[in-house]
Amino acid sequence: MSYEDSLKGYSGKLREILESIGASIGARIRVKRNGEIYEGILMPRHGFAGKQILVLKLDNGYNVGIRVDEKVKIDLIAKAREIKFETAPLAKQRIGELPRVFILGTGGTIASRVEYETGAVKPAMSVNEILDIVPELLDIAVIESETILNIFSEDMTPKHWEIIAEEVAKIIESGVSGVIIAHGTDTMAYTAAALAFAIQNLPAPIILVGAQRSSDRPSTDAAYNLKGAVITAAKAPFGEVVIAMHGISSDEYIAIHRGVKTRKMHTSRRDTFQSINDIPIAKVDLRTNQLKLLTNRYLPRRKLEEMKVRPRFEPKVALVKVYPGIDPEIIEFLVDKKYKGIVLEGTGLGHIRAEALPVIKRAIEEEIIVVMTSQCLFGRINMNVYTRGRDLLALGVIPGEDMLPETAFVKLSWVLAQTQDPSEVRKLMMTNMVYEINPVHRYELFPRWYHGE
Amino acid sequence: MGNKIDYSKLDLKVGLEIHQQLDTKSKLFCNCPTKLISDETKAARVIRALRATKSELGEVDEAALFEYKRGRLFEYIVPGDASCLVELDEEPPHPLNREALTIAIAIAKALNSRIVDEVHVMRKIVIDGSNTTGFQRTAIIALGGYIDVPSGRVGIQTIALEEDAARKVKEEKGIVTYNLDRLGIPLIEISTAPDIKSPEQARQVAETIGLLMRLTGKVKRGIGTIRQDLNISIKGGTKIEIKGVQRLELVSKIVEYEVMRQLRLLEIREELKKRQVHEDDIKKSLIVDVSEVFVNTKSKLIRRALKKGAKVFALKLPKFKGILGMEVQPGRRFGTELADYAKQWGGVGGIIHSDELPNYGITEEEMLKIFEKINGDISRDAFVLVLADAKKALRALEAVRNRCTQALYGVPKETRAANPDGTTHYMRPQPGAARMYPETDIPPIEITNDILEEAEKIKPPSPEEKISELINKYSLNRELAEQLLYSPYISLFEELAARLRNKISPTIIASTLTSTLKSLKSEGVDIDKLDEKAIVEVLEAVAHGEVAKEAIPDLLKYLAEHEGASITEGIKALGLKRITMEELVKIIENIINENADVVKTRGERAFGLIMGKAMSKLRGRIDGRIVAEVVRKKLKEFLTST
Repeated sequence: MSYEDSLKGYSGKLREILESIGASIGARIRVKRNGEIYEGILMPRHGFAGKQILVLKLDNGYNVGIRVDEKVKIDLIAKAREIKFETAPLAKQRIGELPRVFILGTGGTIASRVEYETGAVKPAMSVNEILDIVPELLDIAVIESETILNIFSEDMTPKHWEIIAEEVAKIIESGVSGVIIAHGTDTMAYTAAALAFAIQNLPAPIILVGAQRSSDRPSTDAAYNLKGAVITAAKAPFGEVVIAMHGISSDEYIAIHRGVKTRKMHTSRRDTFQSINDIPIAKVDLRTNQLKLLTNRYLPRRKLEEMKVRPRFEPKVALVKVYPGIDPEIIEFLVDKKYKGIVLEGTGLGHIRAEALPVIKRAIEEEIIVVMTSQCLFGRINMNVYTRGRDLLALGVIPGEDMLPETAFVKLSWVLAQTQDPSEVRKLMMTNMVYEINPVHRYELFPRWYHGE
Repeated sequence: MGNKIDYSKLDLKVGLEIHQQLDTKSKLFCNCPTKLISDETKAARVIRALRATKSELGEVDEAALFEYKRGRLFEYIVPGDASCLVELDEEPPHPLNREALTIAIAIAKALNSRIVDEVHVMRKIVIDGSNTTGFQRTAIIALGGYIDVPSGRVGIQTIALEEDAARKVKEEKGIVTYNLDRLGIPLIEISTAPDIKSPEQARQVAETIGLLMRLTGKVKRGIGTIRQDLNISIKGGTKIEIKGVQRLELVSKIVEYEVMRQLRLLEIREELKKRQVHEDDIKKSLIVDVSEVFVNTKSKLIRRALKKGAKVFALKLPKFKGILGMEVQPGRRFGTELADYAKQWGGVGGIIHSDELPNYGITEEEMLKIFEKINGDISRDAFVLVLADAKKALRALEAVRNRCTQALYGVPKETRAANPDGTTHYMRPQPGAARMYPETDIPPIEITNDILEEAEKIKPPSPEEKISELINKYSLNRELAEQLLYSPYISLFEELAARLRNKISPTIIASTLTSTLKSLKSEGVDIDKLDEKAIVEVLEAVAHGEVAKEAIPDLLKYLAEHEGASITEGIKALGLKRITMEELVKIIENIINENADVVKTRGERAFGLIMGKAMSKLRGRIDGRIVAEVVRKKLKEFLTST
């Protein structure tokens, strides 16, 4: 085993003792204290530095913590043994027979597995590893894969969207049937929206997939989500950026959501991703492995030569949530810092307190684009109903229709990287490019919440 | 047969694992209450599958692989009043329940165990669906220790705190249904060293540890709240795990029967050796479709199966004639062991084997034809038949073949499950050691002095201390106090005695919970059908003067025999409604008048006769002393008036 620190998590006196006997993580040691004897493998400590407690894995597999003081004697029984990681067996793929699907690793729960001895999470995304975990894929497509990033999704920035978009465009140009991006779930919907604007007229679907339970767990959702994604990549008639995740808590079907209309709605559930103000484009039945379209309103696959790749994003764009008593200086700060765009997540139909109007006026005068969305998430902005809305419109605030605040933020970042001309930006922001705007809200689009009966 | 065996010569080694539910306010890793919900109608249902994941070294646990290969789906019933997203594996676990930790430490202290300084929660892979996560969360709280029983000291190896599994409701058509109400209820697991040397000692250890846990007053009571697993081995045999023993009375019997089984399997090994059976002979044996033989069969069993589209497959077992009919446990033959494998691995209903034929309408002629088809010798070989589709039959018969190969080596390593009569059946292969890894979602818990002091307060008293307390506090006699202590009802007694002592004497409560229940049981009443609620209601009815204390046995019997009946129904059905003094006087006057002649001749000596007649009418409806008083008074009145 190799660690960046061979005594990870140990400090102070205890670390000195362990160093003096030549023990490192994975070593077999014996601890004697007041006639008590404990023997086992030294384990790393996680996140609780400073405590003079050592963690031993006993022979029955359990870990226990033992406090160490002056009276304790520790002996090294055996040095840490080198653990040979079993490489996944070479999978026999049906090349030429089945459609090609490319899986791009960027990090997150889906692309990781727990190191059994330590509990540490490490990436695992080679083709053979994927096929070892989900052997069913062999009958659906020829799988290729590459890992370009290994970061938590909360660490993603517009710079990373650019890297991913460029890579995906290259892969699509190689003629695959679909590209799958393994991604952390926290900001997956942002990346999905970014790709939707960055690569348009897609000849192949781009499918973001993640997991809410890591793939080393027997109850993982990773395998099913991945299966749903691969089936979509191989068979879907659409050329859109979508998110493939559990539709419901049961392992029953994978919902294929339109990236620009999707949001992570739950901190931990498998069915956390849901379409907002729209329905999923399709679903994949996990018993029959069939992809079923749920609507005809989708962008069909286009010819490769029609694909438009513009993978640039303006980093000086902010998403600001409006709240009672919001200090106009917050917006003032953005203006002073030369931000180019501000998306407001306003209240209700698209409002903000009166005290903020002067600074919004100043921002627009300084050619900063201001877009209004709603923190209600469900429903559409309408700034004609109340005076406040009308006043904001008069100042030049752009109504964001029914776009999710996150989508509007990503879209503005992308638009501002294409043009800085305010009237051009306004026109693009109000253009429905990839179905990020849904002009018709059916009654059923608002979920039925549980009211105790 | 138990008393004929010298267990010390067999080098019998038994280790116990006792699992007891703790009576905490909330579950081990979430805030749900620790109660079971019988109404499933309003509960949500969720379907899941589990995968056998690989360890770091690329290994898959054998027990996990076994489950995965069965390809079953799991349906979870999610009652909202006793389960949340944590049980459903949709929310990470909350930190370890401190109340449960404190109780576990208290019990560990009473077992002279060393408490660890920091508790680390682990994940133990279990993919039979009983845990939605595919693993059971478990943590060692203490190591070492011992317990003294009359037959000697037995070491304690580990004391762990773990989550109980989901409650299995049913299994059909490849879907196993579980209720999540039980999942996550805290369990303490006490594992003894393999120091136990006789069935009787096993019973004593189980009983004493059970008592010790009950004396904390913090553990759950009733059937299903305590479960014992046993590890049993003898010289030349194998360490066998036996799971899910719910009754204390069964512990010694399970040991006896397992020793018996291992001895018989060793005898079978010797017999096979004598017959010079080779592993290759068994392995080479083909699985043959013999449906043809049964085209015009009279066997209803086979006709029905064929009609449903099943086929009849046969496996020859060379030189096994007579072996399959050999008994390994009372009522279980070697053939039964093979049937277990066929059921568990192939999902078939069972097997038919040549040692039990002719039977099931299968004729000798058909038997001969099968031997012909499989190229077998009726004087020497045996065969096993399976009625199923090809895929299932193949899996089932392959498992049978493997089991027969293992018979050449003695006792195969298995995890077995207890049957209600103390015999056991094959459940699955034994899990390996590499199925444990850290639960990274739960921070380790340092054991501080605060927790240790809290635990000290609820550390259970020694049995002798508790007996003195019962004698002094409730004026019980020593015998009753002892009986109560070893009954499952000690906590219930203390609860009831505290609540009802001014209305009903603690002695009546205690004897109801001990001798009354015992004598009902010996009369053949199924007292397991009596839940605590029923017992409490009966005693309350007595305390509130609704029925006389004489009515207790009849009422309990009624409630045991009429599941779901209310106490009011019981009182009504048995005519036990307590009668008024006016009614009593009237009844006695009537009896005296009806027997006027005898009374006149015998005078006051007629008391016995009248009393007897009165009690036969009134038993349970009013206190006998009151009846006697009225009889005496009315007799006197009658005699003086005539």
